[in-house]
Formats: sequence, C-alpha cells, structure tokens
Amino acid sequence: MADLTTTFIGIKSPNPFWLASAPPTDKEYNVRRAFQAGWGGVVWKTLGSEGPPVVNVNGPRYGVIHGADRRVLGINNIELITDRPLEVNLREIKSVKRDWPDRALIISLMVPCDEESWKDILARIEDTGADGVELNFGCPHGMAERGMGSAVGQVPEYIEMVTRWVKTHSRMPCIVKLTPNISDIRKPAEAAKRGGADAVSLINTINSITSVNLDDFAPEPMIDGKGTHGGYCGPAVKPIALNMVAEIARSAETRGLPISGIGGVTTWRDAAEFMALGAGNVQVCTAAMTYGFKIVQEMISGLSDYMDRKGFTSTAELVGRAVPNVTDWQFLNLNYITKAQIDQDLCISCGRCYAACEDTSHQAIAMSPGRVFTVKDEECVACNLCLDVCPVENCITMRELPQGEVDPRTGKVVSGYANWTSHPNNPMARAAE
Amino acid sequence: MTNSQLTPGIVPGRLPPQAYAANFADIAPPLDAHEVRVAADRCYFCHDAPCVTACPTEIDIPLFIRQIATGTPEAAARTIFSQNILGGICARVCPTETLCEGACVREAAEGKPVEIARLQRHATDTLMARNAHPFTRAAPTGKRVAVVGAGPAGLAAAHRLALKGHDVTLLDARPKGGGLNEYGIAAYKTAGGFAQAELDWLMGIGGITLKPGLALGRDLTLAELQSGHDAVFLGLGLGGVNALRAEGEDKAHVLPATDFIRELRQAADLAALPIGREVVVIGGGMTAIDAAVQARLLGAETVTLVYRRSKAAMGASTVEQDHATQNGVRIICNAAPVRLLGNGAVAEVEFAYTEERETGLHLLPQTFRLKADQVFKAIGQTLEPVPEGIAIDGGKIAITGAGRTSISGVWAGGDCAQGGDDLTVAAAAEGRDAAMDIHLYLMGADHG
Repeated sequence: MADLTTTFIGIKSPNPFWLASAPPTDKEYNVRRAFQAGWGGVVWKTLGSEGPPVVNVNGPRYGVIHGADRRVLGINNIELITDRPLEVNLREIKSVKRDWPDRALIISLMVPCDEESWKDILARIEDTGADGVELNFGCPHGMAERGMGSAVGQVPEYIEMVTRWVKTHSRMPCIVKLTPNISDIRKPAEAAKRGGADAVSLINTINSITSVNLDDFAPEPMIDGKGTHGGYCGPAVKPIALNMVAEIARSAETRGLPISGIGGVTTWRDAAEFMALGAGNVQVCTAAMTYGFKIVQEMISGLSDYMDRKGFTSTAELVGRAVPNVTDWQFLNLNYITKAQIDQDLCISCGRCYAACEDTSHQAIAMSPGRVFTVKDEECVACNLCLDVCPVENCITMRELPQGEVDPRTGKVVSGYANWTSHPNNPMARAAE
Repeated sequence: MTNSQLTPGIVPGRLPPQAYAANFADIAPPLDAHEVRVAADRCYFCHDAPCVTACPTEIDIPLFIRQIATGTPEAAARTIFSQNILGGICARVCPTETLCEGACVREAAEGKPVEIARLQRHATDTLMARNAHPFTRAAPTGKRVAVVGAGPAGLAAAHRLALKGHDVTLLDARPKGGGLNEYGIAAYKTAGGFAQAELDWLMGIGGITLKPGLALGRDLTLAELQSGHDAVFLGLGLGGVNALRAEGEDKAHVLPATDFIRELRQAADLAALPIGREVVVIGGGMTAIDAAVQARLLGAETVTLVYRRSKAAMGASTVEQDHATQNGVRIICNAAPVRLLGNGAVAEVEFAYTEERETGLHLLPQTFRLKADQVFKAIGQTLEPVPEGIAIDGGKIAITGAGRTSISGVWAGGDCAQGGDDLTVAAAAEGRDAAMDIHLYLMGADHG
C-alpha cells in the first residue's frame, strides 16, 4: 500500500485529503470526528475579527441539484463565516491540534480589508499551534457586500496587498483561497504570488441560483419568500475547478506555485485528477456533507491502489504529471484523425447515437432495418458525441487512422503532426511566410 | 363447521378469513413517488423506440416517461390515452414481458427493462384519481353507431366514436360492461373494482349510452341494429369454450375456466366461494394461469396445470408461468387428457404423455392419473353465437382493413375478429382503428 504522506508548503499530513473550510470544520466536535475518520488535514471554518460574531439566516442555507435517485450533484449555500465567538474557536483549535499533532490544521481567515485588522487576527491565532493560514478571498455571498471575501478576491491588487500584510505580520505558511467568480483565474494567482503567498487554493464556490420555485416565483433556498445567490459546489463544479487549477499550473507566471485543489472532489479518482493537474493536495467539502466523514477511507484506499498500480511511491510523483499535456487549441494535432466505430455485439439498438448525430451533428450514422446502426466514415468528423450519449460503455470507440490511410471524408492521406499555427487557412500563418 | 385446505371435496372457506384480502390484493401495487422517479430515470429515450413498435396501440412510451420524469404525470396520461383510452387496464394486464418491456433496450442490455407498465399505471392512476376526463367531445354529428360488446374492443371503439361526435349505443349481453376486464381476468390484476371505475371514467366523454343485458342473437338481430344505426361495430368476444374431447368430459365439476374466473370476479365474498381440494387446470394460456393461481389463492391444496405441448409453446409467458409456480401451481407439460374418471362427479383425470413430431402431436403409451375434485378447461374459446349472415374465416369474423366485415356498414374487432393477438391491448387498438374507419365512412362525401 503506497505511502500517502504528503508535504504541502512544509506542512506534513498523513494523506493529501483535507477538509475545506466550511460547515464540516466549524467546531471541535466535527474536526475531532474528521480526524478520527482519517482525514489528513482540516482547514478550520473561516474566523472573523473579534467582536460580535456574524449571524446566519434561520431558514434554509442550502440549495441542491439532484441527479437520478436524488444523487447530490451540486449544492449552493448562503452560510457565512463562523458565527461562533472568536475565543471559542481559538480555544478549540488549540485543543484539537494538541491532540492531533500529525494532522494538518489550517485556519481560514476573513477580516476587514485594513492592515490593523489582519495584524490583530494573526496575533490572536499565533499560539494555537495551527500549521498555517488560508485567506478566504472567495466567499461570494454575504461577506462580499461588506468588502470581504470575493470582494477582495476579485481585485488582484487587494489580494497582493493583503497577502503582503499577512506575510509581514506572521511567519505562518499562507494559502490564498481564490474565487472562481472572475474572468481570468491567473490574475489573482499572480497577485497572490507577488504578495508572497506560499500557495493558492481553489476554487471557492461559484455564484449561483440552483433553482426557482415555480409556485412562489422565488429562488431556492427561499427565505420568507425571497432568495439570494449562493456559492455553488459539489461534483457539478469539478470541470470548472480542474481547468482553473490547470491554468495556474501551466502559466509561466505562476508555474511551481503550490496549489491546494478544491471543487467537487468526491472520490479518490477526482483527487488524483486534481493532483495530476498540479494540485499538491485536495480539499473536500460537499462529498463529506453528503456522505459523512467516512468517505475518506475510500479515498485513501483508492489513491493508494492507484499509486501501487502506477508504481508511484510518493504523491509528489503524481502531482503535475498531466500538466505538460494541457495545451492551447492551436497546438492540437490537426492530422490526428479518428472515426467512431460501433461494436455491434455490444449495441443495444437504442438509437441515441443516431438521434444525436442525425439531429444535432453530421448525419454520419446510418440506421438500417433491424435497428442496426453503423458509422458513415465519409461523414464522420470524429466529434465523439455518439460515444458520449451511448449508454453502453465501450460500445462506441474511436479508431485512429494510421498515417498513410486515406480519410474517406476528406479524401486526403493522413500525414504527420501539423497544427493550426502552420495551417494554410490561418491568416497568421500566411502572414508569417 | 371449519374447513381447511385438507377438507375433502369442494368447499368454501378453506383459509382463515383475513387471508383472502391478502391473497387477492393488487399484484403490482402502485410505485411510490421516489420509485417512480428512479424508474422513469432509467428510460433512455430511444430513437424510434422499440417499445413503441412493440405496443399494439403504439403509445409514445419514451415521451410519456419523460413527462413523468419531469413531474407532469397528467401530461403523460394524455399521451397514453390519446393512443389507448384503456391505458389504465393495459398497465395492469398487458403481458409487457412479451410487448413493450420485452422490446426495451435495457432488457437487451441487462435483462432489466424499464418498468413501463408500472410507470403507465402511475400516470393513468394520477389523472383518473381526479376523475377528470382528458378529452372533449367534438360537436355532435347526428350519426348513430351501435357498438355490440362493452369489452376492451367495444369500449375503445365507443370512446373514439363518441370523441368524434357520434352518438353511441353500447350493448352488452352481461349485466355489467367491461367484458373480460370485468369477468375474465384474475382479480389481483384489477384490484379495487378498477374495471368498473375505468368504464365509468371512460363514459365521461359523453355521448355513449350503455345498455347491458342485451345479447345479439338473443334479444336483437344484426339487421335490427343496422336499421336503427348508421354503422355497427361488433366486439363480441369469444363466448364459447373448446371441448377436451376426452371421455368423461360431461362429469360434474368439469367446467370452463372462464366460468370459474367469472364467478370469482363477481363473488361478493371470496370466503364463500367453494373450491376443490385437488384442482386440475387443462390448458397453457393466460386463462389457464389465472384460473390455476386463483384456485390456489382460494385455498386448494394442490393445483396442477397440464398442457399438452412443451413449456416453450405455452401461450402464457414465462413471467406468467413463474407467477403460477411461485404460487404453488405445479405445471406439467407434454401431457394430454384422455379420460376423466369418477362416479358422477370427476375424481381423477388420466393423461397420456405426448410427443411433438413432424406429423403433429402424438399420444404416447405412458399415462398417469391426477386426483381432481374440480377440472377447469382452458384450451381456447370460440365465437358463439355466430352472427347471422356474416362471413367467417378460421372460426372468427372475417375482416379486411380496419375491421370491415363482409357486411357493408358493419365492423368487428377484438377477440371475435380475425387477426391480432387475443389481448386487451390488441382489442383496444382494433376498436380504436375501426372507430376511425367508421368515422371516415360516416363523414365521407361518398356515403349515401
């Protein structure tokens, strides 16, 4: 069984699975249960300044998107940072860390955007024994209207400024948590790096309305007839998060900046994907909120088995392994030609490939008497939609045409690598000649 | 006097009183809301779906399931009823394993089809529970149509004709309408008085006058009907029963399975219904299964169903066969009755084993006997009485096209007419299609 011990910005944890700053990490009781279940680390739910704590709504805090059989695909929330007194949180953090020294314990912070506030909170947490801080520049609801959370995270200059304050007034490792509610995720990451951040974590939740009540005509979750946007998370946001992680991992300006991957991690496989795209570890919330803390056992065994299969002896060997293969569209091989092919033995004749191709694509699938579906190579552009909508795994596969074979669609012989940058239809390519 | 399963002879009350309600309860109770959601989600929404092709009434199954999945079961019900106004009973009695569910691609893929029948029941039950009729009758045409037989074919025809604005007189020989739905199908398939509830709901279209207790050939003639109406539809069903042609068939307690089922369906108190300790059912179709299973459920100690050909040749599907064996019915194939023995009343049946050869079914010298207090014959039904002056082919009313008989202005459909399987759903399709043909005939310019 592979050793999953992971060192992330100098913080060691027995595995790369941390619980994200969120409802599951708001109290000593929950965090102790998480560590007992096997979680490698916890980012304590965001602390605010001293003084009267924030208040939460007393109606529903979550909206949900269900898949088949009420499988939770996505949750949005309108919960704020911790609504418990600062002193209580600090006392509990100290107590937990004392009893679980081998686990990572990070404190998430969100205070008003002035240096004194940050200096003060950093001083207050110093003797808790926590391993580091995470700056919550991500929360898109409630706190943003008060000039915190994503209101900071959406302005790279503020990120840089606050990060610098934190690094000035504390020796703790500092993770900057990024909001995805921005057009180019590389900019806030670059700002964090300039400010001296040790790492970034992403993504925080995405601005969202999960559904609309069609009788009361208000968004869900509905509080006394009104609703507001919340932060979306869970399996549904994973593709967005993966892309943002990859963008930071492969950008020249931020390459090498440690990343803690967040966004819909539900299984060991999700975690491995984030790590392959450059995340040094992952943080989990929705999966734990859906199934409880025990899921980490599957994540541990699954990642360990995978690493054994691959011959990896350390998670570091997995981290970033897919980054070199993330490229820009213009560098994709335009001479890589494939054709869909349907395995007639596996085909159950549902005709979904036919409907998809005939109605919405390239009319490249023929339907013959007896409900036999075959690909017309002379029409197939290899878009993959048939494979995607086929309910039978491996029934439709893509066959790569070897070099030298003629593509029946274009009549051209398949040749070697060539991309858009040198393509005759590209005006930029012509200009370069 | 307390009877048990071991009491000799034919007696009522073999079971504890509370057993009857449980035994004859809904065989496939409605899915709950979550089960519906999960079941509906399994539909792949196939292109030109095989399930639709397999349905004699061609209900757009993927569409109605999608309507259920998106929370609009009443829209789903309208999709169903627009093709088959008897979608409610069909959801209960169709042998879906040989029809839509048998054709489902998920049956091919994993041996577990989408539960089309139960989803259809969910949709139709939802709409019918409001007691609302989903369609509005067209303006009256002034045309009058007689529909003979208020079974599935007649009901489907009557509804479609009424929908088109014609005035329909719906006649039936029995005291109640519904035909086989009311008299000929196992009670646990149509629990809760569904057949009559459906009939009443169907009549909600308006323009249909039900006249029960009037039989063609006994109370009125075809010629009389023709003279009083612009068109006639015959949905007579099959009133006769094939004979065993075995020695001793006339002994007491040897009766048609259809009679037993009819009596059971109309019984006010099932505990009062006498049943034999040893029951033998002869035949291999759905009627044989329904009789055998219900005999067991009434408390018969042993019920043996004997079929003269192989298991594969049985008219009842494997699902039906399994249902019978699960209820303790013993099935013996490849055996034919040769003699019924007993002093006045039947006491034993002697069977000979059979062999299917190219020249036909042959009786082998090996025989065996089964004890029998009661024998139910279920070896097929016949058209009886035959309407006068109408062409017959293969024992059924000869038809061309959508149910046109040899007599101009007279249509026929359902079990009494040629073609199609003798199923409720097939009858519903034939009645509907004949009605559309009658409608075109009545409204056509060439009609004098």
